[in-house]
Amino acid sequence: MINVIITSFLSAVLIENFVLVRFLGICPFLGVSKKIDTALGMGVAVIFVMAIASAVTWMLQEYILKFFHLEYLQTIGFILVIATLVQLVEMVLQKTSKSLYKALGVYLPLITTNCAILGACLINIQKGFDLINSLLYGIFAGVGFTLALVLFAGIRERLENAEVPEFLKGFPISLISASLVSLAFFGFQGLVK
Amino acid sequence: MIDIIIAASVLGIMGIIFGIGLSIAAKVFAVEVDERVAEIRKVLSGANCGMCGCVSCDAYAEAVALKKFKVNACVVGGNIVANAIGNIMGVKADEVKEVTARVLCNGVCSVTNDKFLYSGVKTCLAEAQIYNGRKSCSYACLGNGDCVKVCDFDAIYIKDGIAMVNEKNCRACGKCVATCPKKIIVLEPKDNKVTVICSSKDKGPITKKNCSVGCIGCTLCVKKCPSNAINMDGHLAIIDYEKCTNCGECVTVCPTKAIVFYA
Repeated sequence: MINVIITSFLSAVLIENFVLVRFLGICPFLGVSKKIDTALGMGVAVIFVMAIASAVTWMLQEYILKFFHLEYLQTIGFILVIATLVQLVEMVLQKTSKSLYKALGVYLPLITTNCAILGACLINIQKGFDLINSLLYGIFAGVGFTLALVLFAGIRERLENAEVPEFLKGFPISLISASLVSLAFFGFQGLVK
Repeated sequence: MIDIIIAASVLGIMGIIFGIGLSIAAKVFAVEVDERVAEIRKVLSGANCGMCGCVSCDAYAEAVALKKFKVNACVVGGNIVANAIGNIMGVKADEVKEVTARVLCNGVCSVTNDKFLYSGVKTCLAEAQIYNGRKSCSYACLGNGDCVKVCDFDAIYIKDGIAMVNEKNCRACGKCVATCPKKIIVLEPKDNKVTVICSSKDKGPITKKNCSVGCIGCTLCVKKCPSNAINMDGHLAIIDYEKCTNCGECVTVCPTKAIVFYA
C-alpha cells in the first residue's frame, strides 16, 4: 500500500509532472507565475479542485455513467463537475481572501477550462484507479502543478533582475526558461517502471 | 430514443443539483457590496485620467464610498459630477476649481520663421528630436497635432500652424499636457483670463528675432502689475494665479503682445 502511494506521488509530481512533462495547464503556468505568493495561492486552489474533482468524477463515472451505459458523456459530465467546483472555490476565495482573489483575477475561473484538471480526472479513469487511489493521484497531481508553478515563479522573479537582451525580454525568455526546466524534468523518466 | 432521454435527464438532473448547491453556497459566502460604489461609478466619466489622485474611476468611486474621500476631486467632471456625488453620499460638495489646458505659444506662421525645411515624420514627437523642430524658436509649438490626436473631448485644434484650446470643451484630463514633447501645454484655472502665451526662455533680442509676439523679458508687466502677481523666470514672465485679479494692466503694457486676455 505504501509502495503504491509512493509510486503514485513520484509519478504525479516528478516523472509525469502535469505541467512540465504532460504539458497540461500551461495557461495558468505562464499567467500566474510572476510572483511566488500568487503562484502558491493558485497552486493551493488547484490542489483543492483537483482532489475533489478526482473523487467526485470517479464516483460519477462508476455509479452513474457506467450504470446507465453513458460513458460517452464522460467529457461533458466531468466538465460540469469541475465548473461547479471552481465556482465554489471562487466564492470561498472572494469571501476569505480578497487580496488573493484580486491577484489571481481571471486565472481563477480559468482553472475550469484548464486541461490539467480534466486531464487528472481522465487519467484516473484511464489508469483504472479505485476511489482512494484516484483521490490521492489527484492531490499529488495538484502538488506537482504547484511545484512547477512555484519553481517557475522563482525563476521568473530572478529573470526580472537579469540582463536579458531586449528582443528576449518578457515572454520569449520565460518560454525558453520553461522549456529548459521541462527538459530537466524529462530526466526523471524511467525512474519507476 | 429512450437512451437520449436517459442521457439528457441524467445530465439535466446533475445540472439542477449542482445549480442548487451553488446558489446555497452563494448565500453562505455572500460578500457585502456597497451599492454607493456602483452609483458613484455611474456618475463618473470613466476616462481614468488620474487627476483626482486615484488610479482609476473605479478606485475613486471606492475611495469616496468606503474611505470618505472628498467628493469634489474629479476635475474632468467638474461641478456637475461633484454635486451628483455629493447627493449620493449625502454631503454638500465644495466648488470644483475649473481648470483648462492652454497652449503657451502664439507663434502662428505669419510671425515666426523656420530654421530648416522639415520633411520627416509629421508628428511633434519626431520633429522635436531634430534640434527642437523647424521653428527658429526652440520653445515653439510645431503644429503637427500630437495633442489633437490624443484629445478625447475635441477641445484642441490646429490653426495657423499652432495648437489652440477650445476652453468650453476642455475637461482638463491632462492627456495633451503629457503628450506635448515641448511641454508647452499647461493646465490653468479657467477663471484666470490673463495668460503669458509664450514659453521662450531665450534672451530678448534672440526671442525678438525668432518670433514677433514672444516674451522678451523687458519686465514692464512685472512693474505695472498692481497685485505683484508677475515674476520673471529667467527671461520669461510667469503669472502667479493666486494673486492675479484679471485686471489686464499687463496686457496693455506688453510691447510684443505676449500677454493676452482669454475672453
